[in-house]
Amino acid sequence: MSRTPLLFAAMAAVLLAVGLLQSWQLALTILNLCLISAVMALGVNVQWGVAGMFNVGTMGSAAVGGLAVVLISTPPVRAAWAAGGGGLLAAGAVLLATAALAFLLWRRMGERSLWRGPAVGAVVLLGLALSQRWFLPATAAIEAVDAASAGYLGGLGLPVVLAWAIGGLLAAAVAWPIGRLTAGLRSDYLAVATFGISEIILAVLRNEEWLARGVKNVTGLPRPVPFEADLQAAGWVQRLAASLDWPLRDTASVLVKLAYSAWFLAVLLIIWWALERLARAPWGRMMRAVRDNEEAARAMGKDVARRHLQAFVLGSAIVGIGGAMLVTLDGQFTAGSYQPLRFTFLIWVMVIIGGSGNHKGAILGAFLIWFVWVQAETAGLWLAQAGAAALAPDNPVRLALEEGPAQLRYVVMGLILVLVMRFSPRGLIPETTPESSR
Amino acid sequence: MTDLLNGLVHLASMLIIPGLAYGSQLALGALGVTLIFGVLRFSNFAHAEGLSLATAITILFTIWLQGRGVSLGVLPTALLGAVLTVPLMALVFIGTDRALYRHFRRIDARPEVFMIVSAGVMLMTNGVIRLVIGPDGRDFEDGERFIVTARGFRDWSGLAEPLVLKTSQMLTIGLAVVATVALFLFLNRTQAGRSMRAYADNRNLALLSGVDPDRIVRLTWIIVAVLSVLAGVLFGLDKGYRPFVYQQLLLPMFAAAVVGGLGSPLGAIVGSMIVAFSELALTFAWKKALAYVLPATLAPEGMVQALSTEYKFAVSFLILVIVLLVRPAGLFGKVAR
Repeated sequence: MSRTPLLFAAMAAVLLAVGLLQSWQLALTILNLCLISAVMALGVNVQWGVAGMFNVGTMGSAAVGGLAVVLISTPPVRAAWAAGGGGLLAAGAVLLATAALAFLLWRRMGERSLWRGPAVGAVVLLGLALSQRWFLPATAAIEAVDAASAGYLGGLGLPVVLAWAIGGLLAAAVAWPIGRLTAGLRSDYLAVATFGISEIILAVLRNEEWLARGVKNVTGLPRPVPFEADLQAAGWVQRLAASLDWPLRDTASVLVKLAYSAWFLAVLLIIWWALERLARAPWGRMMRAVRDNEEAARAMGKDVARRHLQAFVLGSAIVGIGGAMLVTLDGQFTAGSYQPLRFTFLIWVMVIIGGSGNHKGAILGAFLIWFVWVQAETAGLWLAQAGAAALAPDNPVRLALEEGPAQLRYVVMGLILVLVMRFSPRGLIPETTPESSR
Repeated sequence: MTDLLNGLVHLASMLIIPGLAYGSQLALGALGVTLIFGVLRFSNFAHAEGLSLATAITILFTIWLQGRGVSLGVLPTALLGAVLTVPLMALVFIGTDRALYRHFRRIDARPEVFMIVSAGVMLMTNGVIRLVIGPDGRDFEDGERFIVTARGFRDWSGLAEPLVLKTSQMLTIGLAVVATVALFLFLNRTQAGRSMRAYADNRNLALLSGVDPDRIVRLTWIIVAVLSVLAGVLFGLDKGYRPFVYQQLLLPMFAAAVVGGLGSPLGAIVGSMIVAFSELALTFAWKKALAYVLPATLAPEGMVQALSTEYKFAVSFLILVIVLLVRPAGLFGKVAR
């Protein structure tokens, strides 16, 4: 039992060491991303650790959460709304009507009718074709409005922290139909389906420029903390810098990063507390039963599909909150930067290393893995330079050594993952359930 | 009449030949996915990286061969490099199996565990590729590039539309057919192939009948190595090698295997063609082809393109999702939900 605080203390010590030996800015940058990764890891842990669902669509939820920041916090582009808002609404109405009609047909025609599939298909295709009449000119008009800096609808201009909550809701709203469709699929198929759906979400985000500028990126997003330049002008910051004997610019930047850390830590603690409460509540007991023995749980009258759906939506919402915070920290939404290796599999490594099913473990795993992810490059670079120093500057081996370390971290991540799976499949902090800790 | 011919040539050059070539590349990949699923019982997330690694090694061999002055004349030297790569890839795959998958097979781990481990292998392979060949793209095709060139065809036929047939496309289609026929002969006509199918169908019964499981697993990985090298190299010859484009092949390959029914080789081939042609046909601008066929008054105004080309990869995911929802066992599959 005393292992958990020890591991967390070690992690804190390592981060402190980075602050003392490298720089406080680097330590805080790592810490902030550790906190965000921890939120995402909690989301994956709800799906995999608690419910045993193999969802590899984490990237999609993170991107949807990031999209929410754009939709909520950026100022609206009124010219774009005037140019294409009406057309877009008309297209949306057509699509809604199509969906309703298709749903009605599906219900009415019954299992036996051979024509059900073709009829519904025809309705959907016709509806899509019809909506293009308004959709194409509207989006073209929107994308033409001040294309260099806007060219999209903009957002609502609300505070960015609100966007984090909305990011969670939006990710949940996207996850719900996906969960409804995929619930009951075997784990292989669930994995492939969620992987595919997350790629579709990203394809839409990259290409629909009227929504969030696609790969042209939305930059300069509002932030929940003051700007460095304003802090440098403030009297108390100047006095603090003088008393610490730090350069003014570094002081301001450290303060900004600390403010971010405080926000992220607060969100992480709230989510963690809520999840721990849930795990102790009857709901948590039921989830464990569903995960460990689906047949028995079903025999006891538990609605397995519904429980899976709940965990899927809840986990996606948490990942969405993490995604929104990440976009806020970056200050920009870059649809091109979402890669499954970084946003799905890395998070998975965190959960597995930490200890699936254990929320503390997921948090620790996130800290540890993000730290290794960042520092593997530094360590590899240092090693390579030490090794290459003996060789001539144009020696091909030396050139390869100096190129290599940046790529080394993928090998390290994969190695850590398979080693843990092989030798310690329960992770660093194995799951302890209220039932088993008698 | 000329209009109709022009339209047909246009379609053949822009849709049918590229579709067949892409479908063949996918089929070689999807056969690997489906074999691993059928015999070893897991979805291999590392499969696309395997293709990429095989191609990277082939490129290194090709550079070495070219340096020694070896060439195949009109054919790309990479074919020789590929032959050298096969045993190496077989060793890599069997080594991975020995080190990792075998342990989980012995403890009878859940399929999710295999998938997580294969994701770990994917990450490692990805890093190794970056170390071996770097993240930049490479063009490694040599020899005669075209069998039919646009100008040559136009001069010969007198049609307005050109027909292009690249060597790599012809090679892809030809080699894919040969490989597929060989695989089916192996699975159906040889003792080893029969025991492999028996092991895939009912593991315990096969073990009781004296099938050596380690031998089956080894054979499977050797076949997967041959298929991976072929798929990777042919895709690279056709489209140019960029290490990380191969990641984007993972889902079309999965989609093809699932559409056909995981575990069914015939399904993998049919599924690949369905995926390849839907991707191309849905993102194809039909305007020119329709203009040749329809009378002038009916000629279309827009591009007549169902989806913009950026959604090319999304098409395979859509097909995948629809098949999973409507018929999860796939076209030729026996596996129920």
